Amino acid sequence: MNRTYELMFIVRPDMPEEDQDKLISTLESAVTSTGGQVKNVERMGKRHLAYIVRKFRDGIYILLTVEGSGGLIHELERRLRVSEPVIKFLTVRVDEEQKRLDKIKAIRDARRKTSTAAAAAEAAGEAPAVTA
Amino acid sequence: MAEETRTAAPSETPSGDRPFSGGGGDRPDRGERRPPRSAGPGGPGGRGEGGPGGRKYFRRKKVCKFCVEKIEAINYKDIRLLAQFVAESGKIVPRRLTGVCTPHQRRLSTAIKQARNIALLPFAGRAS
Repeated sequence: MNRTYELMFIVRPDMPEEDQDKLISTLESAVTSTGGQVKNVERMGKRHLAYIVRKFRDGIYILLTVEGSGGLIHELERRLRVSEPVIKFLTVRVDEEQKRLDKIKAIRDARRKTSTAAAAAEAAGEAPAVTA
Repeated sequence: MAEETRTAAPSETPSGDRPFSGGGGDRPDRGERRPPRSAGPGGPGGRGEGGPGGRKYFRRKKVCKFCVEKIEAINYKDIRLLAQFVAESGKIVPRRLTGVCTPHQRRLSTAIKQARNIALLPFAGRAS
């Protein structure tokens, strides 16, 4: 059962870039070894935190989009919990929401298509009259 | 009457009338609860006559921002959007003030809570 999750985590602001790379690659290897798939890695950069977390006022946000099972997420969360530079993390399941959005979009597109088709037909009917 | 109150609004600004923070500038629309008042110099039903500490009412049709602008994705990462529905204190602004419809408010509150969890938005309570 594969699901899509978003793993957002915050590392301490003084963490060097190469250490971040190392952390991300270890997480990626953990994902691929359990049959999951990393869809996207996004570094959102340094941001001011809304409140103080472990005496830090800033943090570097990293977002991972992962496809896999619940067990995989369990493992990833365990790793994030034990890795010292990670100060906070959040996992959100996104596939159901995405499905809902796609459905709404499809309905809207269908409606738009019918309306534009009707408008085009009207224009086509009108055009000869204008030229003639 | 609604037109009159709106046009009268900029000229008379009582000292206690602070702009409503958050909620996209919508004010509660509860004019029907207002007790009938005799026509004063400000015209009948003029704004800001609630007395000291009294609430000022402003007639405007409340609409759900998400329905009007057809925003379906309410995501915890979209802080700009969420911040419009969070008061200065960090509290989620109630539906009766913002006019957001129930299904959207439900999604909105979930997203705000997720954003709080990852330190994108503050928790309510004492300002840290």
